Amino acid sequence: MQLTHNINPEKIEQDRLYQDMGLSDEEFEKIKTILGRRPNFTETGIFSVMWSEHCSYKTSKPLLRKFPTEGENVLQGPGEGAGVIDIGDGQAVVFKVESHNHPSAVEPYQGAATGVGGIIRDVFSMGARPIALMNSLRFGPLTTNRTKYLFSEVVAGIAGYGNCVGVPTVGGEVQFDDSYEDNPLVNAMCVGLINHDDVQKGIAAGIGNTILYAGPPTGRDGIHGATFASDDLAEDSNKDRPAVQVGDPFMEKLIIEACLEVIHSDALVGMQDMGAAGLTSSASEMASKAGTGMEMNLDLVPQRERNMTAYEMMLSESQERMLLCVKAGREQEIIAIFEKYGLQAVPVGKVIEEKVFRIKHHDEVVADIPVDSLADDAPVYHMPSKEAEYYQAFQQMEVHTPHVDNYGETLKRLLQQPTIASKEWVYDQYDSMVQTNTVVTPGSDAAVVRIKGTDKALAITTDCNSRYIYLDPEEGGKIAVAEAARNIVCSGAKPLGLTDGLNFGNPTNPEIFWQMEKSVEGMSAACEALQTPVISGNVSLYNQSKGKSIYPTPVVGMVGLHESTAHITPSFFQEAGDIIYLVGEARNEFGGSELQFIQDGKYEGKAPHLDLKIEADRQGKLLSLIQQGNIQSAHDLAEGGLGVALAESLFADEVLGAKVELSGNAAVELFSETQSRFLVTVKAENQGAFEEVFADAAKLGEVTADNQLTVRANNEIILQEKAAELKALWKGAIPCLLKSKA
Amino acid sequence: MKVAVIVFPGSNCDRDMYHAAGEIAGAHASLVWYTDTHLLDDVDGILIPGGFSYGDYLRSGSMASTSDIMNKIREHAEKGKPVLGICNGFQILTESGLLPGALMRNKNLSFMCHQEELIVEDNENVFTTLYDTNEVVRFPIAHGEGNYFCDDETLNELKANNQIVFTYKNNPNGSVADIAGIRNKAGNVLGMMPHPERAVEALLGSEDGLRLFQSMIANWRSSNAVNA
Repeated sequence: MQLTHNINPEKIEQDRLYQDMGLSDEEFEKIKTILGRRPNFTETGIFSVMWSEHCSYKTSKPLLRKFPTEGENVLQGPGEGAGVIDIGDGQAVVFKVESHNHPSAVEPYQGAATGVGGIIRDVFSMGARPIALMNSLRFGPLTTNRTKYLFSEVVAGIAGYGNCVGVPTVGGEVQFDDSYEDNPLVNAMCVGLINHDDVQKGIAAGIGNTILYAGPPTGRDGIHGATFASDDLAEDSNKDRPAVQVGDPFMEKLIIEACLEVIHSDALVGMQDMGAAGLTSSASEMASKAGTGMEMNLDLVPQRERNMTAYEMMLSESQERMLLCVKAGREQEIIAIFEKYGLQAVPVGKVIEEKVFRIKHHDEVVADIPVDSLADDAPVYHMPSKEAEYYQAFQQMEVHTPHVDNYGETLKRLLQQPTIASKEWVYDQYDSMVQTNTVVTPGSDAAVVRIKGTDKALAITTDCNSRYIYLDPEEGGKIAVAEAARNIVCSGAKPLGLTDGLNFGNPTNPEIFWQMEKSVEGMSAACEALQTPVISGNVSLYNQSKGKSIYPTPVVGMVGLHESTAHITPSFFQEAGDIIYLVGEARNEFGGSELQFIQDGKYEGKAPHLDLKIEADRQGKLLSLIQQGNIQSAHDLAEGGLGVALAESLFADEVLGAKVELSGNAAVELFSETQSRFLVTVKAENQGAFEEVFADAAKLGEVTADNQLTVRANNEIILQEKAAELKALWKGAIPCLLKSKA
Repeated sequence: MKVAVIVFPGSNCDRDMYHAAGEIAGAHASLVWYTDTHLLDDVDGILIPGGFSYGDYLRSGSMASTSDIMNKIREHAEKGKPVLGICNGFQILTESGLLPGALMRNKNLSFMCHQEELIVEDNENVFTTLYDTNEVVRFPIAHGEGNYFCDDETLNELKANNQIVFTYKNNPNGSVADIAGIRNKAGNVLGMMPHPERAVEALLGSEDGLRLFQSMIANWRSSNAVNA
């Protein structure tokens, strides 16, 4: 019957079968010490997933400790399903980002869809209603059929799941670069809203209490998904398709509604979703966090397929399943709620005093493991780190001023770069408005959702310019956090905190580990300076294929609070006659810039410099000007510099234009990617108030009604383009690339 | 006016409809789970919200259309009580035969979500009396299967009876005759793909949908005043 149990513990050790599950020789020895015997096949599987990078963070833990995670408003930092931050009035915001990179590389639709499903479960398992989704995507250039397929299917998968489940996808970012050709990145973020009293924890407390399994039955899908995610993508990764789960958003919708009803019952003790490593991780973590043990009978677990082994059931990553701890004797109250939604909820085990994780199957104990050993005794590796060879070369490169012949043509080329171009093709496929809270829809610096019943709103953004991080991980790490905060501030909100989605290559390569180390240090410094603690996150390593690593991509998902909806500020120009200001001076900084790429076809040199003191100062000043009602529009300068920001500011309608005058080197002024800069418009009558705060801001010109962008430098018109024409190019670039033959 | 917002498994615009009709437009609204048929006994109007009832499995709207509660809704419709189906609600109304035609996948085969301009073609039904005919309004759309189809005979009938209530100014999905919403002959059942319940507050970009709910309430008031 149980084939795998024919593989006896001796054979597992002799033939080193544990290596196939991702365990090293040392780790296997450690397991033997913990158990005082050899593990059987099921136990080996359980350890292998719990000690995988995906579940244990064994190589990233020493780095994650560097992040500042505390703040006066932080109610729950990293460690639970998602982090929680107080927003006043007894409410809190819950959020987290998660990666689904490896599955999406193999099966893009389901990989992306289940990534969305998983992150939503992390949020509602805290007791919060999911109110917004964001994503951060990376692909190779849109020139091959494979990349176009990955891109289209990932977007369709996100849409298919998010739209059905009724959580609006309010924004995100997509970037394209060679380094993601074989290893795309799919990071999804979910934001939830909760009353303080409703915050749940994933704990199995109270000896004798019942463990309920809720949701669809367990199948053979996703077995060893966590292990698959913790290794390089191989050329034959297609054979790993069975490790990719299949999602059912309809089921998820029912589970959400049932769970949000269940949290109001005092029969509930704790709840956790079955994410990576399924039953194994949810059960053992719930017991471990509560300081208890758990006994589970697999014969009671609903099963979709016949003759499943204990190993398969414990490692399955079938979707939309929840594990609940319920007060003994009151199971029926909870079961009835699930039944209302046509869902199954069945007792599968109980909380025990002895701190072990004991699994029975067919009247046999198939696993008996000290419960804390799975979470707490996972090895922690301090990987060797070595400065990447390219770094010094880049640092020493001579800085030269780029030569631009035709400013109009250059701007047009920049606007058509897929990373800069309109992402409307993507976000039009997402229901961005369901739940009727979306004030600022996708396409702005940050999305804004209001909070019904209050005058408050939340700003949400995801950001990460991985080119800067590749050139200079520490400086680039700072920039990723600062830029996210800039987006939040431009929308009129105060940054509250962030969730990080750390995507890197293979950490056993000391140069990759150095990228991780330095970027985390840079991010941490920026978090301190901007007072944005890290409240949750996700680590995805081994993002490399055919020996080629992705650019280091620590995605920042940040949330901010608008104290009043009156503070919500658009990123587009508003009215003819408004004065245009630029906060911050341009320097000759083109390392990692879009201009460098279109001129040289590569990214090299120094990343832009970031002074955190200046950054914090400007963000603070801009936010208070916004709150005082002195700002008409605010947009941060990012890829493509001032030129692109000016053009984008005109794309909201077919009327407005801008006339600006620049001094200094026009190429630097228009296209440099110097940090900490804002493009701001102010009503004529508010000029005084503005200049009092930003005395050194450059007054560039004014908003016009001619739908033209006119740029003068040194008394000469250097650029004059119809805004509608620029917009058409910007809007058409991605659909055009998708249609063109590879 | 008491209105019931029907909640099927997978409905996801139910709370939005409740917010718009109840909290914003001022009807006495309640959410009614699809098995609680008896709760419809004393309501004055039925609102069937958007979403993915039964996950759109089999065919969008088809499984909900065969549920018991639809019999009750049909009775209400026959009595002349207002019945509004939005998005998936429209699909349920066509699947159940309360409205003619069918909704197919959008012509570009993708889900689409954005604001669309609509033309009000008919204001002689309980939902649009506060609009002018030929008025242009802005409602969001959010659907993958909003491509309205009917045969020529049905289309001629719809036209002859002024049953086409809303058309798209720039047809986004391939619908026959640019149709965005239709009504029954009597004028008390309206089905439409665009979302008026998402357009009831200026903060969210459009208030044009508010008058749809206000029309429904005003007509109920005046007909009740006559009865009383």
